[in-house]
Amino acid sequence: MARNTLGSRFRRVEVDGLEENSRFVEEQDEAAELQGPDTAEVDSLLRQGDMMSAFHVALRNPPINSKNPAIKEKAQAVVLRVLTSFKSSDIEPAVKSIDRNGIDLLMKYIYKGFEKPCENSSAILLQWHEKAFAVGGLGSIVRVMTSRKTV
Amino acid sequence: MSLYSFGLEPLSCHAWNKDRTQIAVSPNSSTVIIYQKKGKEWSKIHELKEHSGRITGIDWAPESNRIVTCASDRNAYVWTLKDGVWKPTLVLVRINRAATCVKWSPQENKFALGSGAKLISVCYFEKENDWWLSKHIKKGICSTVLSLDWHPNNILLAAGSADLHCRVFSAYIKEIEDKPGPTSWGAKMPFGEVLLEQKDVGGWVHSVAFSPSGDSLAWVSHNSAISVADAAQGKEVTQLTTEYLPLLSVLYVNETEIVAAGHDCCPYQFSYMGPGKLDFVKKLGISKQTSKNSMSAMQHFRNLDKKATTDEEDNELNTLHQNSITQLCVVEGQKAKVEKFSSVGLDGALVLWDVKV
Repeated sequence: MARNTLGSRFRRVEVDGLEENSRFVEEQDEAAELQGPDTAEVDSLLRQGDMMSAFHVALRNPPINSKNPAIKEKAQAVVLRVLTSFKSSDIEPAVKSIDRNGIDLLMKYIYKGFEKPCENSSAILLQWHEKAFAVGGLGSIVRVMTSRKTV
Repeated sequence: MSLYSFGLEPLSCHAWNKDRTQIAVSPNSSTVIIYQKKGKEWSKIHELKEHSGRITGIDWAPESNRIVTCASDRNAYVWTLKDGVWKPTLVLVRINRAATCVKWSPQENKFALGSGAKLISVCYFEKENDWWLSKHIKKGICSTVLSLDWHPNNILLAAGSADLHCRVFSAYIKEIEDKPGPTSWGAKMPFGEVLLEQKDVGGWVHSVAFSPSGDSLAWVSHNSAISVADAAQGKEVTQLTTEYLPLLSVLYVNETEIVAAGHDCCPYQFSYMGPGKLDFVKKLGISKQTSKNSMSAMQHFRNLDKKATTDEEDNELNTLHQNSITQLCVVEGQKAKVEKFSSVGLDGALVLWDVKV
């Protein structure tokens, strides 16, 4: 029932290769390359137990325009550390404290976190996902999928 | 609000005749069927069979009573009614990929056709040789053109495309019309000139619509957002990201109110009051009341036996449409004050909506 019984060989033809100059060229964004959240600041806030501020600082300067995978890895690690150090009951007020763009950015980090699960991360990420989804709706998830600027 | 089901096949596109007594639809195939309204029912009166590929666009010119259709077979035909029969005329659009959308210009002396060949074909009728000619707009377009809309001045054309850009071009054809006066979008408008190029809106631009005055342009993109470019305010763009599934079609119902519908199967109303003031107003259509009768013990166990569950689950969506809405069209009222609009969707249904601003 779900199997495609019509021919699908045409899908393997590289249409852009048949014609010259027909490749879709990604436009180079001249926006400033943000370097990711400040690890030191986030660390100190976590040590002080100020989760909310650590959360807000971690969501600053997302490396969305960067092509450097190391910067992205570092940012992801910082955000993941903050997210996992939250208590379940504190997640909802944290999610309520950020604006629409913040929710979209948080969703991007959550899905990035899902890609490489490590001990316990998926469980806490699912809780974050549930709360973020309640605010951002399906639109925030669609934007994670369609955005060409990945975090 | 009224719903009419044209069958099980999704409706790819639809177009109304001038007095809204006839509707041309394509049920996801290579034919166009014209229905005539008979009381509350629609009866089939014509079948337009000429295309060999799936029909992707239909537009019906109200004054000159001509229908233009385009399909994935890279062709477009203009149909004229002669002695009660619709006769097709092939249009040389000169594209080597499928056509995706087609729209008559406001004065109906030309039409624009978007295609997967990364260009827009603007076609007009040349009287000397008695055929339809086309001129291509290619500048800057890097991928399939997904949607088109004409400005009321009959010259400017907005195009949304899969290269994530929304553009406004000039489609001025000197052979058939006079030089246009300046508008809020620009003064110099030679054919193919780009008057607005909005880069990377965040997703494929599924639908574009000019406001009734032509001073602002709204579009919906696949990142679940609706945006408006305001020519009167220096072409400033305001984008509103929504928490709904992506919208596929957008329509102005008056100068400030915009209706858009898409994968959420119901239309939403938005309001644009100026740069930075694009807001969600309401979801249109009442949800169906789910009747949760108190179940008798017998029904309870019967459900448990049959379906292994005691929930009275409804398989239907609580919106009128049961699948994504693909196209919205004005039915009653002037563009500046729409009173009724229609929606068709992948569920094969046509719904007529009343506008209550």
